[in-house]
Amino acid sequence: MAEAGFAIEKLSFAYGEKTVLEDLSLKLAPGRFYGLVGPNGCGKSTLLDLLMGNHHPAAGTVRFNNRPLANYGRRELARHLALVPQDFAIHFAFTVLEVVLMGRHPYLPRFGAVSATDLAIAEQAMAAIGIEHFQNRLVTELSGGEKQRVVVARALAQQTPVLMLDEATSNLDINHTMEIFNVAQKRVQAQGDTVIAVIHNLNLAAAYCDIMIFMNQGRISATGPTHETLTPRNIGEVFGVESRVALDEFSNKLQVSFHYGN
Amino acid sequence: MSEHWGAPGNARSSIRYPTLTVVLLAAVVTAVIVATGMGYIRITVAEVVRVIAARLSGDTSLITGLDPMFSYVVMDVRLPRILTALLVGSGLAVCGVVFQGILLNPLADPYTLGISSGAAFGASLALIANLTLFGIYSVPFSAFAGALATLFVVLYLSSFNGQMSANTLILSGVIVGAILAAGISFMKYMADEQVGMIIYWLMGSFASKTWTDVAVVLGAVLSGLGVAIYYGRDLNIMSLGGRAADSLGVETARVRKILLITGSLVAAVCVSVSGIIGFIGLIVPHLIRFLIGPDNRNLAIVSALAGGLLLLIADTITRAILPTEVPIGVLTALIGGPFFCYIFRRRQRGAIHG
Repeated sequence: MAEAGFAIEKLSFAYGEKTVLEDLSLKLAPGRFYGLVGPNGCGKSTLLDLLMGNHHPAAGTVRFNNRPLANYGRRELARHLALVPQDFAIHFAFTVLEVVLMGRHPYLPRFGAVSATDLAIAEQAMAAIGIEHFQNRLVTELSGGEKQRVVVARALAQQTPVLMLDEATSNLDINHTMEIFNVAQKRVQAQGDTVIAVIHNLNLAAAYCDIMIFMNQGRISATGPTHETLTPRNIGEVFGVESRVALDEFSNKLQVSFHYGN
Repeated sequence: MSEHWGAPGNARSSIRYPTLTVVLLAAVVTAVIVATGMGYIRITVAEVVRVIAARLSGDTSLITGLDPMFSYVVMDVRLPRILTALLVGSGLAVCGVVFQGILLNPLADPYTLGISSGAAFGASLALIANLTLFGIYSVPFSAFAGALATLFVVLYLSSFNGQMSANTLILSGVIVGAILAAGISFMKYMADEQVGMIIYWLMGSFASKTWTDVAVVLGAVLSGLGVAIYYGRDLNIMSLGGRAADSLGVETARVRKILLITGSLVAAVCVSVSGIIGFIGLIVPHLIRFLIGPDNRNLAIVSALAGGLLLLIADTITRAILPTEVPIGVLTALIGGPFFCYIFRRRQRGAIHG
């Protein structure tokens, strides 16, 4: 039987001597918003890179839509999976529109020009993130937050069924953060897309994720529907902090509060 | 914050890429003809055109009434030198575009990365050891091997944990370049008759170039330009960083390797023909990026034209205008060095405020 989405089996990965992921198995189905949480350095970004096919596993397999990731060509993969990386440095003075159009690269023949359709898709993506009014500015002159939104728009222009966000909103205020997560959520609910997001803010994760994946030291310590897995016990185990989880009436979402100070 | 550079101000300059290409192309043709007329024996533009047209068409009636020596001076002395200077300038500029693009460093060019010194070291070694393994190609081949070996040493020195820092890259290039320069000095000390040849390598010169040189550099520059344009869009996307480029379907590792080797090949051929000529590869892509923006496909073409024009003008100044011929490498370093300082300074400021 064909199984859509990711199937990860006994995945291990190491940078040189340092093991980052160990014997990790996981299934990611389409039409869900996944939240990947865990302390710094626990292997979240590395897991995304392995799902993207940017790294090759030391052991185990990653299958996407029932086919090993290694069997996909790079361009083909880029038509299925998009990534908003943490590091969004853009080194030369391209305009915002030019950078967003780079999201169409996997669809363009080598010497092909950008078509009207590509342009329309890029404009749609910019409108969704609310950056169309500065599309002709140079990216090197934008603030960190503006650049980050450009990179998100570029990933949207890739029109992939899977969108991975690696702390994509770490530089943004709450207004723009919600804008991006709302767009992502809409794609999950309306088109059955998959979103896999590394999120540091647990309350943000609680508000948007259907399924949470708690990672610690290269392993998955808990995974399941948010209302089942977002518990003081799981949070304590992964982050080592005391917390309380309760339904917030105003947002109608689970929200976490902590013991601040000593 | 991330490093950045490129056009300052709020918008890109209004000069369009097609306009600039046409203007530069016309300027190159004009410069070649005017420069051919300049020198110890003055030949008018009309006479130059007649000589070239006669040779191209084989119609000897075009040069009736002209001093027969003009034909020799134009076709066998000046044009090979002028075209070699033009093509070496193009080649170095294309190298600069490629290296700055893949290494994401505006200070990268064959000279600052030590590649030129590596090529000169290889060539000096071949000269002093009398290597004849590859016949007349022994010296250029050694230059190429030296360039490639230097590139790998520099890249190795500047990589830690698979990451390459832009600043350590230039530092490594300078260090390796200094060691190679010492090696070349030692060879100069050991060499007797060949010492003049080695000095020629270090200072650069277009004197007594032949049509063979023109053909060799033309081949290298055209293939280098072709590869740069072929991978131009990939190179654009790679300026977003390796992880982003990978996720957009660019085979970053492969493109990087192909372009590094291509750039080194072109640099090595240029250095093997003309000796070390610095800073053309540094200045030209900068100026052009400032004018037409950072799209590497257009940048490679326009930089090739502008680099050729610049070096041709510089060589004509030293050949026909200055009272004594200054080595061309010295001239470009005298102009390019301060420019390098300016970019470096601007980038430091950018790094602090950006």
